Amino acid sequence: MEAADVASSAPRRSAGRRLADLLHGRPRLQVSALLAGPVGWLVIGYLGSLAVLLAASFWTLGELSGEVEQTFTLDNYEQIITEPVYRSIAGRTVLIAALVTLTDVLLALPLAFYMAKVAGPRAKGMLVVAVLVPLWSAYLVKVYAWRTILSQEGALNWALAPFGLDGPGYGNVAVWIVMSYIWLPYMVIPIYAGLERLPDSLLSASEDLGAHPGLTFRRVILPLVFPAIVAGSIFTFSLTLGDFIAPQLVSSTQFIGTVVYANITNNLPLAAAFATVPIMIMVVYLLLARRLGAFEHV
Amino acid sequence: MRADPRSARWAWLIVAGLSAFLAAFAVGCGSDDSGDGGDSGAPTELGAAEGEVNLVAWAGYVEDGSTDPKVDWVTDFEKETGCQVNVKIGNTSDEMVQLMRTGQYDAVSASGDATLRLIDGGDVAPVNTDLIPNYADVFDSLKDQPFNTVDGTNYGVPHGRGANLLMWNPDEVSGKPDSWDVVFDKSSENSGSVTAYDNPIYIADAALYLMTHEPDLGITNPYELDQEQFDAAIALLKEQRQNIGEYWSDYTKQISAFANGDSTVGTTWQVIANLLEADGVKVETTLPVEGSTGWSDTWMISSEAKNPNCAYMWMNHIISPEANAQVAEWFGEAPANEKSCELTADANHCDIYHAADEDYFDQVFYWTTPVADCGDDRGDVCKTYDEWVQGWTEVKG
Repeated sequence: MEAADVASSAPRRSAGRRLADLLHGRPRLQVSALLAGPVGWLVIGYLGSLAVLLAASFWTLGELSGEVEQTFTLDNYEQIITEPVYRSIAGRTVLIAALVTLTDVLLALPLAFYMAKVAGPRAKGMLVVAVLVPLWSAYLVKVYAWRTILSQEGALNWALAPFGLDGPGYGNVAVWIVMSYIWLPYMVIPIYAGLERLPDSLLSASEDLGAHPGLTFRRVILPLVFPAIVAGSIFTFSLTLGDFIAPQLVSSTQFIGTVVYANITNNLPLAAAFATVPIMIMVVYLLLARRLGAFEHV
Repeated sequence: MRADPRSARWAWLIVAGLSAFLAAFAVGCGSDDSGDGGDSGAPTELGAAEGEVNLVAWAGYVEDGSTDPKVDWVTDFEKETGCQVNVKIGNTSDEMVQLMRTGQYDAVSASGDATLRLIDGGDVAPVNTDLIPNYADVFDSLKDQPFNTVDGTNYGVPHGRGANLLMWNPDEVSGKPDSWDVVFDKSSENSGSVTAYDNPIYIADAALYLMTHEPDLGITNPYELDQEQFDAAIALLKEQRQNIGEYWSDYTKQISAFANGDSTVGTTWQVIANLLEADGVKVETTLPVEGSTGWSDTWMISSEAKNPNCAYMWMNHIISPEANAQVAEWFGEAPANEKSCELTADANHCDIYHAADEDYFDQVFYWTTPVADCGDDRGDVCKTYDEWVQGWTEVKG
């Protein structure tokens, strides 16, 4: 090479190389750069909006204008605590969320066990697809389908008519059925994953030691798969707690979500105060779930 | 990389600091948005069409042939002006207010329980009616109404007016009801299939019923209720609640409820009865003897309208004699334009809907926003809309 070429090709590092130099030996900077995107979304989009919601719950409405005034007051919290209707709505929502969770656990356990331990490889694949396919159809489509099934002249009443029975129609029972159906895949998959991790040798050992299947289930399987059950329950419980669309379509009863939705245009502070109720419930629930080991192997 | 306890704490500190900073930032920003928004004056002349217009409307107000090929007053507007019409259906006034606050729409057909909120919130701009030639032919009794004209400034043009009706399934409900008592005092006769409009404004329907059936309460205007009158209305609605099958807010919900037999009697709009009859479902309607609540809708223009010229052109079109006649017949209401009465397909339309009958509309109490000022010698003791919302939450339980 000529001297001129050497001089002109002196280390003029590209932008990429210079960035790499900057990051070299600075592990904290590397991690920050990597996490900036997701953490930024988490902080701005999620935590930021929760903080604004919390702030709004301490505001009030102007007496005559009806506009939001940013004066600090605890009136909204006083209202949702002292007035019985808000307590009963919150209680009803928590009860339905618990029922839905319980129902889904009872439905998901046998299904997941079959998928994980009994089914052959092809059947396992098909069952996983079958469980996940309902998630591909829109939420509204599923709820409207159930609305048609549960209606007065719907499929359920038609099926029960020969036995002289009547379906539940619309109401709390309908909400329970619909929510259990919609969130079931979210319960099946974590339990299935938990059971997959369970070594078959444990089951054989238990059998060899003389335990009948019931005892094996109670003393061997259940304790080991319990964290996965709790993980699945987080989905079903929180999703039911906040839902406001299905209750409006298959019932006339009020849930936390429907009350927040109804108040959000006209009385944002009250809606915000009521919206903190499910948040606090879920914080407690998640702390309990962590205690029970739900976040260990997920 | 080993987990460094110092960096974890440091990271959490940054997260906490950032969210606190953002919350303060958002709070500070939020205070700028309330109050006056956009241009506070109406234009003095119209410019060229922008190519599209985004509307928020009640179901049945903006038909382009997709519901029924014969029902179309949009396509020729689009051809004439070049303004492509995009419509978002609002199911309740609350929804419409929410949609208009986003600033993404150009015009809205607002009922009286939304108009004042929109005007107070600065979401709509004054309208220069000189730019709307067809405004001259609107019934005088519809012009300059208190729910759309503030201090002499017009905020919109009237679309039409109508009443909420009582609808029933003649196969399930015996007799020919002519009073609202079939959904109130006598609602137990149809327990489990009574329906009512799912919106706090329905409290006015209960107050209207009490106006006739409990005159001692002294209710003269179902939207101006003091504590005693309000409590009585709420008590009546709680009784009704026990016999309600389901409430309806989405008109498609009521259609499917009557078609499936889940609802057999309750409040409705004429357009819903039209759609049910078109589907072959047997229903009948009437305006009960106590009178009814109703609506007189106003087309208003957004203060942040991106297509104001097309919006003005739309407003002029929808109150033109031909289009107003078509929409009044389809929706089942009295037209706003006097000349529409000669153009309706059914020559008796205006008579049936009492378009020129002011005495009739004296019996119809248009939806309006309840405010603290009772408007009479009681002073400022009346219940405000957010108190109505809370009352409605209590009723539904």
